[in-house]
Amino acid sequence: MSVSHDVSPLIRGRSKLLSRFGREVNWGDFVFRRTTAALAALVILALGAMAFEMVRGSWDSLAKFGFGFVLSRVWDPVHDVYGALPFVFGTIASSLLALCFAVPISLGVAIFLSELAPMWLRGPVGFLVELLAAVPSVVYGLWGVFALAPWLRDTVEPLLANHLGFLPFFQGQQHGFGMLAGGIILAIMITPTISSVSREVLRAVPSALREGALGLGATPWEAVRVAVLPYARSGLVGATILGLGRALGETMAITMVIGNRSEISASLFAPSYTMASVIANEFTEATGVLYLSSLAEVGLLLFVVTVLLNIVARLLVWRVGRLPEGGRL
Amino acid sequence: MLSAYKRRKLTDVVVRSACVLAAVIALVPLISVLYYVTSRGIGGINLDFFTELPKPVGETGGGMGNAIVGTLKLVFLACVFGIPPGVLAGVYLAEFGHSRFGKLVRFSADVMSGVPSITVGIFVYSVVVLQTKHFSTYAGSFALAILMLPTVTRTTEELLRLVPESLREAALGLGLPKWRATLRVMLRTAAPGIATGVMLAVARVAGETAPLLFTASGSRYWGDGFNQETASLPVNIYTYAVSPYEEWHRQAWAAALVLLLLVLLLNISARLLVRNRVGAR
Repeated sequence: MSVSHDVSPLIRGRSKLLSRFGREVNWGDFVFRRTTAALAALVILALGAMAFEMVRGSWDSLAKFGFGFVLSRVWDPVHDVYGALPFVFGTIASSLLALCFAVPISLGVAIFLSELAPMWLRGPVGFLVELLAAVPSVVYGLWGVFALAPWLRDTVEPLLANHLGFLPFFQGQQHGFGMLAGGIILAIMITPTISSVSREVLRAVPSALREGALGLGATPWEAVRVAVLPYARSGLVGATILGLGRALGETMAITMVIGNRSEISASLFAPSYTMASVIANEFTEATGVLYLSSLAEVGLLLFVVTVLLNIVARLLVWRVGRLPEGGRL
Repeated sequence: MLSAYKRRKLTDVVVRSACVLAAVIALVPLISVLYYVTSRGIGGINLDFFTELPKPVGETGGGMGNAIVGTLKLVFLACVFGIPPGVLAGVYLAEFGHSRFGKLVRFSADVMSGVPSITVGIFVYSVVVLQTKHFSTYAGSFALAILMLPTVTRTTEELLRLVPESLREAALGLGLPKWRATLRVMLRTAAPGIATGVMLAVARVAGETAPLLFTASGSRYWGDGFNQETASLPVNIYTYAVSPYEEWHRQAWAAALVLLLLVLLLNISARLLVRNRVGAR
């Protein structure tokens, strides 16, 4: 026997939306979802618009100089000829120098904070390291000009020149302002980035791994070395790359201490120039379409490189949280 | 010769000491910066510094009142532009973000947070300054808002995810539509954490200099409204620091002290907010 109960009075009238979308829709929910989605799209849009504008802005320069732009050493606004090699060199060299200082220290800090330090010390030290990241770039620059550079000129550079002067890195005039100062100041600024991401990565390592190693009689350091670090390796590389990305794009502090002369020199004492610095120094004063366009192309290069580095770094960091226990890379 | 056991113990001690040393080395610059900024800046701080305009080169005295107001204006407007879209985009990611689109947004936000601030400056220069044909507070705030957006979005998402799902179920079970459950229950529960994230983002952009150089530019006067170029503390610190004048250097240190206090205050209070919250749970 088929019973047909008429239940329609119990169901609210089907709205127009319902008939259009074929499922129960609350007006508020509909608007809410679309609004937030539109704002979320804004994030993608902003990134896309930035990429588009950078390409459009540097179009003249791209068309005129092509790939030779990054290989040419001539930067001559008077004759309207532009090449970015000295800036590319300065940016890469100062960032790599910064990594040489910052990576060992940051890893030390991260291991200390996540593995070795007593519990009561972790909070305060972690907080202080994060405060390092809170100090504005321009304040580091100010400190670099009046505290770091004089110290380097009077103490560190003579010392290096006396003892290691036979190396090409430690020759030439000692100004204080130059590659060494730039590298150090970048290192200070990226240390909090690398150490806090590394610390998160180390925390994501399952504690069973640690406990297993300790249970087998490993010393705390051995437990870190054999159980924690191999598991976390790709994330630590990712943290380093994130730090590199920050170093490449850092502008104010390094502009103030690196000396701003477009030379390519092996010496760490020599002044240099970075991509971000040349934009900061010359963008407002650039007259002429090609000049402005070339500066925009320097910006575009910086944008592309940092975006790529960030993508790689995020993927590496993201992998650590998803590894099976005991997984290795 | 050492026994294997002793050697292992020794290595352990050496590596641990190296880690402690690394932590100490990492903190030396912080202490040095705080020391220099306080000791050199304190001399330049007086009432005039907060209320007066800068004096021309060669005259002593004067202050940075316009730069302080300028920074506050820039940051305020950046919050207006940056926080609401950031928070709502974060809500989208937490609520509906499992789709492909959500993943793309999340990824874009992460990538965007690594974009150098100077390129954001170029971007805003070409879309705002070139179109309106003059530097303005709007343009500067717009640049700062772009820098805030990814941080605010991701923080909001992560904190909403921490809210227990049972709260939402209870709200839905009581008959609230989804949007009200999200806004009134989920978002409100996560609010202190989100506030912390937002304050950290604000603290970060308050000290940004590079994107302001060619958006808000600088000024020696009190600008009124938001449509003119404006002075700001970070840009002033830069121009004063690289100038050759002794008096300006003194002012730069004083400005650095004020800026640092502002930023650290935001930072520390943001963190205290979370700590109390966690204690309350």
